[in-house]
Amino acid sequence: MTAAGDPVAARIRTSGRVVRFGGVSARVDPQAAAVCTVLLSLTFLVFCIGISVGDFSIPLKDVVSFVFGHGNPSSRLIVGELRLPRALTGLMVGAALGLSGAIFQSLARNPLASPDVIGVTAGASLCAVAVIVLGGSGDVIAGVASASVPVAALVGGLATAFSVYLLAYRRGLVGYRLVLVGIGVSAMLTSLISYLLTRATLYEASRATVWLTGSLANRGWEHVRPVSIGLLVLVPITLAQAPQLRALQLGDDAARALGTRLEPARLVLIVCAVGLAAMATASAGPVAFVAFVSPVLARRLVGRGSAALLTSMCVGSLLVLASDLVARRALPAELPVGIVTSIIGAPYLLWLLWRASSIGAGG
Amino acid sequence: MAAADGIAMGVTAPSRLRADHVSLGYDERLIVDSLSVDIPAGEITVIVGANACGKSTLLRGLARLLKLRGGTVLLDGESIHRQSTKSVATRLGILPQQPIAPEGLTVADLVGRGRHPHQRWFRQWTEEDATAVDEALRATGMTELADRPIDELSGGQRQRAWIAMALAQGTPIVLLDEPTTFLDLAHQAEVMDLLDELNRREGRTIVAVLHDLDQACRYAHTIIAMKDGRIVALGRPTDVITEALVHDVFGLHARIISDPITGTPLILPIPKALRT
Repeated sequence: MTAAGDPVAARIRTSGRVVRFGGVSARVDPQAAAVCTVLLSLTFLVFCIGISVGDFSIPLKDVVSFVFGHGNPSSRLIVGELRLPRALTGLMVGAALGLSGAIFQSLARNPLASPDVIGVTAGASLCAVAVIVLGGSGDVIAGVASASVPVAALVGGLATAFSVYLLAYRRGLVGYRLVLVGIGVSAMLTSLISYLLTRATLYEASRATVWLTGSLANRGWEHVRPVSIGLLVLVPITLAQAPQLRALQLGDDAARALGTRLEPARLVLIVCAVGLAAMATASAGPVAFVAFVSPVLARRLVGRGSAALLTSMCVGSLLVLASDLVARRALPAELPVGIVTSIIGAPYLLWLLWRASSIGAGG
Repeated sequence: MAAADGIAMGVTAPSRLRADHVSLGYDERLIVDSLSVDIPAGEITVIVGANACGKSTLLRGLARLLKLRGGTVLLDGESIHRQSTKSVATRLGILPQQPIAPEGLTVADLVGRGRHPHQRWFRQWTEEDATAVDEALRATGMTELADRPIDELSGGQRQRAWIAMALAQGTPIVLLDEPTTFLDLAHQAEVMDLLDELNRREGRTIVAVLHDLDQACRYAHTIIAMKDGRIVALGRPTDVITEALVHDVFGLHARIISDPITGTPLILPIPKALRT
């Protein structure tokens, strides 16, 4: 008898594992759970290695005990004040970007529709740079510490997202139109950023350029704040909307047929996705391609056409932390993490565009 | 075969769907103007008509997929737009034309998503959900293919998977927009037999838009013939499908004989060279 004939196996296939507690039930996809466990373990390992290595290296076991709250005073300064905030920023920025990308790609039903391709992060960056250069706070990295830069990033991201959405909306949302409009808007915003940089002093411009590449260098606890607040607020809302997202993945008509209130559901999800991308951008700059690549890798790992929200967060964290480790240690000079993620992401973008044009569809 | 002997089973309340002076259109164009129709409960109703006659538009309007320009659609006596869309989704299901599935989505996952209107965030999966999915898979003969990604299936299997999703929704009324288009002859028969069986066994009200008039006559209890956004005929196939009507609605010269198998009208187009 094959597995198909086993009623228990068949039930797990169609329902997943179901956790019940009184009238409350939750579905757990065993494959996604296994993938997330492995990814989280790897992420924790890379997180600790990232803290342990550096000009002054700290044994891995000291790092682990510090992370669990048993630090010795000698490592407190380096770990607690320098490396831990950097690693935490990377961890959370990756998670936020991964989730943001997963929401956008599933909503638009197109892998190209991630916040960095359709201009959301460019919009967030533009407003952040505008506050820094025109507001005269002098230094991008310091500017993040004040509340004005995260707020500017959020406003810029939202304004861009809704402009793109309105420009692309015609009797429904079509993924490829969103992507095309988004790429155009993104190019426009990038040129505005360049213009702003010409107005800045040389020092400001050089610091802003590093920030615009996406960097985790010199991150302190004040940089952990925007992205951690973003995650705390927006992840629960997103997960509560996950069933609506699953219906929306089947197209507007099918989602409506299944009783989804299309526009409200889409509005909440877009605001969450933009908020996550904007807060990540406020903390670390627009780290390129993480939001674009993570959900695609996550869906490869769990398969089954799911939105892969949690898996995308895990992949995003791992990607940013591993890229930062490479950027810091594997190359002759220390580079911003965004350069490493671009090296991974850009070829993939080209491949996707090539494939889309060769099959004549938007992905 | 088209006898009206559907025995109500598994469907509790008799549901009624009505259009009352409904106007529908896209952008500037008004396609259906002030149309009223009663959908008979517990029957198979088929809407036919030439391309762009407004039959899909009417179906989409009945299913609240399209905003009304005027009039009301009544589900169980109450305007469909005044009821919560989730509550409507537990009584009325629609399979849209050529729906799309995300890459790699399995049949079981798709069919499971049909349970969406019955779920809440704290109640994601009940025993009832699992049973409905199992039954929908069985009814459509998709149990063996439950693990397969939709994009690897044949056209007929894919259509059956989507119908299974609509069935898992467990609604007493199921609307289908051209469920047999793009299928080969055997798969068309398969889909129609499935709808017929669902109507007979479970007493579900089925409304389908079909292109093939012979097929419509064989399976429908009631035929609605449309032209230019209006209903030109409504009734039993044997009563309404006449040579004059076929000419009026489709602009087709045809002879109509009795189907040797079902006794329903069979339309034989007359080749141009043989017309007198």
